[in-house]
Amino acid sequence: MLLLLLVAALAFTSCSDTNKEAEPSSNALNIEVSHVVGSAALVLNSATPYTTPAGDNITVSTFKYYLSNFKLRKLDGTEYVVPESYFLVDEAKAASKTITLTGIPAGDYSALTFMIGVDSTHNVSGAKAGVLDPINNMFWDWNTGYIFTKLEGNSPQAPGNHGLLLHVGGFKTPNNAIRTVSPSLGGTTIQIRKDRLPTVHMQADVLRLLSGANTIRFAEVYNIMGAGANAMKLADNYAAGMFTVQHVQER
Amino acid sequence: MWYFSRRVGYWLLALCSGLVVACTVKNAGSYWLAQQIPGTEIPGNFPVPVYAANQNPPSAEAFTLGRTLFYDARLSRTGEVSCGSCHHQANAFSDAGQRYSQGVLGHIGTRNTPALQNLRWRRELLWDGGANHIETMPLAPLANHLEMGETLANVVRKLNADPVYKQLFADLYGRQPIDSYQFLRALAQFTAALTSANSRYDHYVRCEAGGELTKSELHGLLVLRKSCSPCHSGDMFTDESYRNNGLNHTFPLDSGRAHITGRKSDVGRFKVPSLRNVTLTAPYMHDGRFQTLEEVLNHYDQGVVVSPTLDPLFLQPTGRPRIRLSAQEKTDLLAFLSALTDESFLQDERLADPSTTHLEARPLAAGISSHKSVPY
Repeated sequence: MLLLLLVAALAFTSCSDTNKEAEPSSNALNIEVSHVVGSAALVLNSATPYTTPAGDNITVSTFKYYLSNFKLRKLDGTEYVVPESYFLVDEAKAASKTITLTGIPAGDYSALTFMIGVDSTHNVSGAKAGVLDPINNMFWDWNTGYIFTKLEGNSPQAPGNHGLLLHVGGFKTPNNAIRTVSPSLGGTTIQIRKDRLPTVHMQADVLRLLSGANTIRFAEVYNIMGAGANAMKLADNYAAGMFTVQHVQER
Repeated sequence: MWYFSRRVGYWLLALCSGLVVACTVKNAGSYWLAQQIPGTEIPGNFPVPVYAANQNPPSAEAFTLGRTLFYDARLSRTGEVSCGSCHHQANAFSDAGQRYSQGVLGHIGTRNTPALQNLRWRRELLWDGGANHIETMPLAPLANHLEMGETLANVVRKLNADPVYKQLFADLYGRQPIDSYQFLRALAQFTAALTSANSRYDHYVRCEAGGELTKSELHGLLVLRKSCSPCHSGDMFTDESYRNNGLNHTFPLDSGRAHITGRKSDVGRFKVPSLRNVTLTAPYMHDGRFQTLEEVLNHYDQGVVVSPTLDPLFLQPTGRPRIRLSAQEKTDLLAFLSALTDESFLQDERLADPSTTHLEARPLAAGISSHKSVPY
C-alpha cells in the first residue's frame, strides 16, 4: 500500500513539477515564448485573417504544442539534460508561454536544445498526470499517441466548412514527427548562476509551420488527424525554423 | 510430428519440474494477496507479462475501486453504458451473442466486442491494435460516440462531484482532486486482474489435477499446433499479429490495421484473437459474421477469399488458399477448444458486477487456490 502511494506520488510529481514557479536560488532559466504570424503578433480569432507566404488566408483559433527533453550545452561540450522537462505551450494560456527550467548546474551555456513533441517512451507508457494528462486534448485515444502540435482555425481556401484542423503527431517510423531543434543563441551564452534568472526570449512563427521545407496549401491540406505524410510535412517545417531565439536577457 | 511430440515432452518436463521449485518458495504474504485480488500471480505456463505487477502494484482497495469503475454506467455520457455493459464476465468479458454492441442513445458499434482476458500480456489492444497500453486503452471506447460517448474531462468532473468516489480516490492516492491518471490507473487494476489460466488445458499443461484431456481433445490440440500455428500459437493462443484471414475481397468499411498504420499492406488485417474461452465469445471475427465455431472452421477449410493482403499462410502449392481440415480434425479441434473454457474465471465473484453479486450465489472460484503459479 505504502509502495503504491509512493509510486503514485512520484509519478505525479515528475510531471506536475514542470510548470512550477522557479526559486531564483535553484539555478534556473526562463524561456519566454511569443507567438507571431510573420511580422504580426498572433491574435486568436482575429477579425482580419493572416496571409500565408503561398497566399492563403487563415484565422487561428487554437495554437498549442509540446516542447520537451530540454538540454543545455556548455562551451566545453558538456551537456546537461533537464530531467522530466515536458511543457504544453498554449496561446490561449498566458502562463504556459513561460517555461522554467530548474536545477541547472552553474555555468555558461552556448546551446539550448529541445524536442518539439513528446518522446516515443512517453507515448507508449500509459496514464500520465500534469501536462501529459490526456485531458489536455493533445492525445489520440483511437491510435495511442500525443498530438505534438495543434493548429486550428479557418481558411476560405479550405474546402467544405472552411475549417482547419491540423493535428501533428506520430512517433513511429516512417511517420515520426518528433523533431529536435537547437535555435541559434546568436553567439551569446546563457549564464546560469545562483541568484540569477536569465530569460531566453523565443519566438514561434505560425507561418513557418505552413512554409519553409514544405508549402502548405489549405485547398489540399486542411485536415490532419493522425500520423502520416501530411503530418511529416508540417513536422519538417517546424524543425526548419519555426522557433527562433530573439535574445538572451541576463538578470 | 515426432520432433514436435518430443519437443513438447521435454518442455512439459522442464515446466513441471520448475513449478515444483516455485511452489516451495511461495510466501504467505503473496498467498494472502492472491486470495484478495485476482490475477496477482503469473500462471506457470504463461510468458513474462507486458504489464508487470510492479507497474501498478495491486492492492485490494485499488482493485475494488477499479472494479466499481468498470461496472459504473455513469462513466458514459448518458449514464446508460458501463464497460461491463458490453463486456460480460460469463462470456469472458465479450458481448453475449451480439454481432455489434449497443452504446449510448441506441448507437450500434462497428466491430465485435472482443473478450477481455489476460490483458497483462497484451502489447497492443483493439482489433486494429490502435491502443498501445492497458491504462490508456479505455480512452477509446469512452470517447467513441457509438460507445460511451463521453469526454475524459466530463468523466473526471463526474468523479470529482461524487462524494463516495472522492473519498475512495483520496484514500488511495492521498491527493485531490481526482485526475485522469488516478482514474485510469485504478481502472487498470481491474482490467489487469482478468487472468484466465485455469482451463482444463492449463491444468493439463501444468500437470495438475483436473487436467485430463480426452483422446479427441488431445488430437485436437495436435491439429491446432499443426494447422492453426503460428497465428494461434503458445499458451496465449495468439501470436498478437495482424492478419488478413480471407474474409473479404476488399475492405471498404473497415481497413483494420491499415487504419492505424496507413499502410496499404495492412488493409484487411486484424488482430489474431486468443482462443481461450472461445466457445463463449460468439459471434466470431472482427465483424461478428460467424455464429458458431463450426462456421469458423468451415471458413478456413472452404471459404477463404483471395485479396492482395491475404496472409500467405493460406496459400497452397496447388489450388485455392485454405487450411485443409478433415471432418475428424474439425470434430477434434472443437473438442479441444472446449477444454480452453475456464469456469473459475467466468464465475469468479471478485470479477463480477458488485451490484449484482450475492455471496451465496456461487462458491468462490476454485481457480484462485491454484498452487502451481509463480507469485509476482
